Amino acid sequence: MQLPPFQMIAGVPLTWYLTLSAVLFALGVAGFLFRRNIITVFMSIELMLNAVNLSFVAFSYKLKQNDGHIYSFFVMVVAAAEAAVGLAIILTVFKNRQTLEIDEVSSLKD
Amino acid sequence: MDAVLFLIFAAIAVVCALNLVIQTHPIASALSLIGVMASLAAIYLQLGGEFIAAAQLVVYAGAIMVLFVFVIMLLNEGKERKAKRRLWVTIAGLPLLFVFVALIHFMILRVLPPSDSVKFGAFTGGNAEAIGIKLFTAYLLPFEVTSVLILIAIVGAIVLARKEVD
Repeated sequence: MQLPPFQMIAGVPLTWYLTLSAVLFALGVAGFLFRRNIITVFMSIELMLNAVNLSFVAFSYKLKQNDGHIYSFFVMVVAAAEAAVGLAIILTVFKNRQTLEIDEVSSLKD
Repeated sequence: MDAVLFLIFAAIAVVCALNLVIQTHPIASALSLIGVMASLAAIYLQLGGEFIAAAQLVVYAGAIMVLFVFVIMLLNEGKERKAKRRLWVTIAGLPLLFVFVALIHFMILRVLPPSDSVKFGAFTGGNAEAIGIKLFTAYLLPFEVTSVLILIAIVGAIVLARKEVD
């Protein structure tokens, strides 16, 4: 994207924020797919939620309404609930199987 | 100045996110995730989201990540083992990821005009007062449903994590 120099001084293009959000989301997808530790996979999900929150806030700025902020607030609340239940599930899995490798927890698959 | 600040925090966020994916020990991943969240809070401030920036630091970087770090310390599994991957995953994984980002970037540039620019302080609807008014008028029902959701999560977490009593 070609930007004239005066725009660099006047402000940041909104597309940069959305591209940052896309990059963070893609990194979250990569972590979700490539990592084997259940906790790291779970943290990648949190990274994806954060990336989506950034898009919400950026579009909220563009539309000059704060509805996007409220949506990202709800995303945070759901993430907190998800983290509590998900980590409890991880604790139970570890108690029963003594492993955090995601490939070894496959009794539903077999 | 805005662009410089944005680039600094965006670079921190991307580097920390890369570190999250690359590191094999979960505690290193957790600390990098905290870095991502803190720099995202600064970027929210730049977009006029004062309340959401504070909530990001308190709820995400504070509460949720402390939970993660506690569980990592409790389980103490150490580094993950090197995993066997299929050949096509090793070859096609990263290029597909780049294609994904490039497609999203292309769509963003197609949809949004490039003249939209963000100036610090141009949008002030994100302070706690404005958010609170909206939350307790227009979004009252979702807010109340959220409290039920959190109650369910508390009960679920206790049921899952307690010791079995015979």
